[in-house]
Amino acid sequence: MSALIEARNVSKRFAREPDLAAKIAGLFGNVRREVVHALDSVSLAVAPGEVVGLVGESGSGKSTLGRILAGVWEPTGGDVLFDGCRTADLSGDERRKADLAVQMVFQDPMSSLNPRMRVADIIGEAPLFHGVAAKAEVAAYVADLMRKVGLDPSFADRYPHQFSGGQRARIGIARALAVKPRVIVADEAIAALDVSIQAQVINLFMQLRAEFGLAYLFISHDLGVVRHLADRVAILYLGRIVEIAKADELFAAPNHPYTQALLANMPKVETGKHAFAPLQGEIPSPLNPPSGCHFHPRCPFATARCSDEVPALKEIAPGRLAACHLNGP
Amino acid sequence: MSDVAIEAIPAVETPLRRFIADYCANRLALAALVVVLVLALLSLLAPWIAPQNPYDLTQISIFDNMLKPGERSMDGNLFVLGTDEQGRDMLSAMLYGLKMSLFVGAASTAMGLAVGVSLGVTAAYFGGRIDAAIMRLVDLQLSFPAILIALILLAVLGKGVDKVILALTLVQWAYYARTVRGNALVERRREYIEAAQCLALPRSRIIFRHLLPNCMAPLIVIATVQVAHAISLEATLSFLGVGVPITEPSLGLLISNGYKYILSGKYWVSLFPGLLLLFTILTINLVGDHLRDLLNPRLKT
Amino acid sequence: MSATLEVAGLETHFVTRAGVVKAVDGVSFSVDRGQVLGLVGESGSGKTVTGLSIMGLVDAPGRIAGGSIKLAGKELVGLDERGWRTIRGRKIAMIFQDPMMTLNPVLRVDTQMIEAIQAHEDVANDVARARCRDALGRVGIPSPEERLSAYPHQFSGGMRQRVAIAIALLHNPDLIIADEPTTALDVTIQAQIIAQVQKLAAETGAAIVWVTHDLAVVSGLSDRLAVMYAGRIIEEGPTAEVLTRPGHPYTAGLLASLPINNPRGRPLNQIPGSTPSLLRLPPGCPFAPRCGACQDDCTVTRPPETRFGMDRRLRCFHPLEASA
Repeated sequence: MSALIEARNVSKRFAREPDLAAKIAGLFGNVRREVVHALDSVSLAVAPGEVVGLVGESGSGKSTLGRILAGVWEPTGGDVLFDGCRTADLSGDERRKADLAVQMVFQDPMSSLNPRMRVADIIGEAPLFHGVAAKAEVAAYVADLMRKVGLDPSFADRYPHQFSGGQRARIGIARALAVKPRVIVADEAIAALDVSIQAQVINLFMQLRAEFGLAYLFISHDLGVVRHLADRVAILYLGRIVEIAKADELFAAPNHPYTQALLANMPKVETGKHAFAPLQGEIPSPLNPPSGCHFHPRCPFATARCSDEVPALKEIAPGRLAACHLNGP
Repeated sequence: MSDVAIEAIPAVETPLRRFIADYCANRLALAALVVVLVLALLSLLAPWIAPQNPYDLTQISIFDNMLKPGERSMDGNLFVLGTDEQGRDMLSAMLYGLKMSLFVGAASTAMGLAVGVSLGVTAAYFGGRIDAAIMRLVDLQLSFPAILIALILLAVLGKGVDKVILALTLVQWAYYARTVRGNALVERRREYIEAAQCLALPRSRIIFRHLLPNCMAPLIVIATVQVAHAISLEATLSFLGVGVPITEPSLGLLISNGYKYILSGKYWVSLFPGLLLLFTILTINLVGDHLRDLLNPRLKT
Repeated sequence: MSATLEVAGLETHFVTRAGVVKAVDGVSFSVDRGQVLGLVGESGSGKTVTGLSIMGLVDAPGRIAGGSIKLAGKELVGLDERGWRTIRGRKIAMIFQDPMMTLNPVLRVDTQMIEAIQAHEDVANDVARARCRDALGRVGIPSPEERLSAYPHQFSGGMRQRVAIAIALLHNPDLIIADEPTTALDVTIQAQIIAQVQKLAAETGAAIVWVTHDLAVVSGLSDRLAVMYAGRIIEEGPTAEVLTRPGHPYTAGLLASLPINNPRGRPLNQIPGSTPSLLRLPPGCPFAPRCGACQDDCTVTRPPETRFGMDRRLRCFHPLEASA
């Protein structure tokens, strides 16, 4: 399988610079620089036309991975490959081509749109700038995109605050589509929308995929949505991938204990009151993650080995990887 | 997607239009704004509406000197606000002086704004060393009294309207740089900036087209108040004799000219320019105060 | 005996420059001791304002324009601020989506909790402190004695919400209003909090109104379900019945649009359009423009509340299923 976009052993560390008070304290003793390992050697590939679901809780690094793949952030270690080429080696037109081929759709439909720009400019700025649409055609180009995402083109000269949440989400999608991307990284793109609007936007994503042959990296905490959309699913926990599998296999028989717990805790519309049996324990702070397998303090099957040794992400079945010591040596 | 009903949206309401409507809701602020505009208009029209051109020596007669307000000269000219020691009509001199004061205030603010905003937004966007370097310069600038810096600069540069504007620009830019940096630090974390980065737009475009316009609201407030501040600073400098040249007097210089006559009862030469200066600064500050109320998100419900 | 909470014909209006927004427009329901009512709706449906009205926390420009709220038979509408203070926090407690709404970031947890106890009861500091420690232990906070002297920011999001719940439970309130208390939390933490609240409700016998946009969250938690749309309850009944045999096309549409109720990878059954602005409601049923079963009479008058089946209420001229 040739990947369209790929993260290879990508790591991302955020160092919090000590503030003045800490610096002064540092004159008298050691000050530990706080380093967050948001991503710890993560590899993930998205093939052309494929939908990969990326699931994780807060602190898992799922948004960080999405932004690195979209080229918004640079990784601290490892490589991002586009069409087999390291993006860091590209420059000029080739780099721009790679940058434009991966676009993002964001969570907050309000803060992801520039409040001082008209919709026509929000959608039309980049294609005009990069020569995707000529100056004379850009209005028609924007109108066409607006129709494709289900917006009335006559609203092109309005400002974001004049639209509803669902409409703003559509504007964000149109902006991403405007530069003819091949992959869209959707970072919790429907999480902030109303329930009845979520279904509309999910349908729009599916319809656009069919129309433009798009690939998606669909980042979400909502397993129901991921199950519906994704071909493959990767589960992240505290900066490491714990399991990657085809969606139907993963949901039918989750391998990693964390995946199992996530599925068991997934809110479902059930009839009748029932007792919840939640997974115990807190999500540890990424500032100070547990040793060995990050999940061991919460894992019901943890052994001594789990706290000492980091489990490798191994193939447990064709096309299926999991990082758990329970799967044997 | 034909089944997506499109909700009717209220008629086009630009942020600007909404802002204007909100501003006009306050009567006092509206009145202040009207007064400021009238003052600006009067000063601009000074060459046509002033009874005489106070700089044209042929129109001035030394025999008319120190006439009281309302007195007539020998050839029948009425001097509503009196004349100064050279026989100049005070009303005309004040209109011309107001023009000079407003021009110096507005020009130095505009230049300070341009310099400060560019540096501040650049510092915020890039962060790290660029940020540290610019902000230390700001700290340095703000740790000296503005009047002291202006005095030193003018002592070095010499007199002249352009030099006063330059000096006032240099003492003002730091306020704007600091304010805009604070806003930009918040705004640059918003997703629309990431979206613009994702669209491979060049940095300068992201900074000046996306980041900057969203940081301007609080600057408008500061700039308004700073115009008033610059006018009073210029008046101070002129009063101290290092400001605008005597040939192009501002309100401050007029006050300074009449100062020596106050004790001898000839109050009008200083008093009327002083009142006009006070009134101008007061109304500009009223406008600025109301803008602050409108643009401060924390006061919004 | 009257129910713990009886709301009848509640109307909460907001006067804005653009007109009067009827955020809550004739809402009636009741909750008994030990019962959980799920109040479900999308943004702008009035679910949060209903919760705030019951707490007496509607601020200007909003006001309760009509109806009644009775807590154990005692009328709350029209109470003055002093009257409210004896009720709020003691008889009725609220849990917010953001626990920092109830927690003061600059005060230690024990200071805040002891203050909350002493606001309503005259007890000594050490007695109050012991009660706080027990309360923290009861909501599943490990080593409560040490955590008492921590500041709110030293807790994780889930733990902070537990502290907020502990504070809400300090006076053994008759009624708890929970406004999306798990929405901001991660899946595994959300499940923990729901389990905790479920357990505590059974222990204390408090009535709970659980306000949420998420049908899945309340489906396993609530006894009854009230679905709100544009300021009104459009369907109300026992949770299982509403979810298995929805009577209102909106409820049915919401359920049908959930990915879990659709074959994988197929287009979801979506409800078209978007929620109407409360300033420009259509004359008939507010859902009519988006409704697949809309008929001529739906666009003329608002459907009144009718009984539906044994124990259900509905606002629809053409219910989906003739109930048995």
